[in-house]
Amino acid sequence: MSAIEIPYVSSARPDTGLVNAKLGIWLFLASEVMLFGGLFSAYVLLRVGADVWPEGSTILNVPLATLNTVVLISSSITMVLAWASLVRLDFNKYRLYNYGTLLCGATFLVIKYIEYSAKFEHHLFPSESTFMAIYFTLTGLHGLHVIAGMLVLSYLCWPGSKMWKTEPIRFTGRVEVAGLFWHLVDLVWIFLFPVLYLM
Amino acid sequence: MTEQIEGHDLEELNSHVRTCIAIFVALLALTMITVTVSYLDLPVPATISLALCIALLKGSMVVSFFMHLISEKKIIFWSLSLTVIFFIFLMTLPVITQEDIIKQTIEVRH
Repeated sequence: MSAIEIPYVSSARPDTGLVNAKLGIWLFLASEVMLFGGLFSAYVLLRVGADVWPEGSTILNVPLATLNTVVLISSSITMVLAWASLVRLDFNKYRLYNYGTLLCGATFLVIKYIEYSAKFEHHLFPSESTFMAIYFTLTGLHGLHVIAGMLVLSYLCWPGSKMWKTEPIRFTGRVEVAGLFWHLVDLVWIFLFPVLYLM
Repeated sequence: MTEQIEGHDLEELNSHVRTCIAIFVALLALTMITVTVSYLDLPVPATISLALCIALLKGSMVVSFFMHLISEKKIIFWSLSLTVIFFIFLMTLPVITQEDIIKQTIEVRH
């Protein structure tokens, strides 16, 4: 019995002009925008409805958050370079840049852990105020996305990379799709940073 | 001649990578500007407007170049334009809520 072949994993569908994974990830990213959009909307509602709203910089650590912004932006460029290395058929460089992206992701999480620990030491829990509740919800959900992205990138760096030898076009497509998700994580942080820490 | 994967133009790829590196530098610079602006003693509405404008600029750079939406197929644009419409609606919800305040005095009869 021959295995059923999944169509349009490497070549574009004639009607959409895209491989299925590309259209799929963009639709998924659209749903992610709505997820974070709902929370941003809740933030605005809570803020305009509150009698007093603390300035983020008086409670949160702006230098650490700035460092985290730099780290995530750097991870985005290493992601682009990893994908470009595959297109140039340079697998070793792909792996090197992928390590860079993973290292940036891990650094981001360590910094976030330091930030959270400092808040907990000062007894600043989500139950403390509306500001702290929305801060932990937004940054917590974003942190989970960083972890999810790192899991996918780790898979594509180690066990999933076997596909490079058998189906290089499909593997490059997978890395591109994972990269699109990673850039969304960066994009969300670009808005979270000023909204929570600087305004 | 340098090899590349099927379906990609090497010149185009090199140009894309160069653009992305320039965008990366611009994003770092804009981050520093956002932080600097927040430390200036500007009125709150001005700080919020400036911070959001810079974030919008940075966001559009990431989507356009890192996520190469600028050169994507129309079907993706159409799907995303729906998302944009719903997103704008979500953002206007708090404003609508603020307008929905009961202004009349309600007489309670016992």
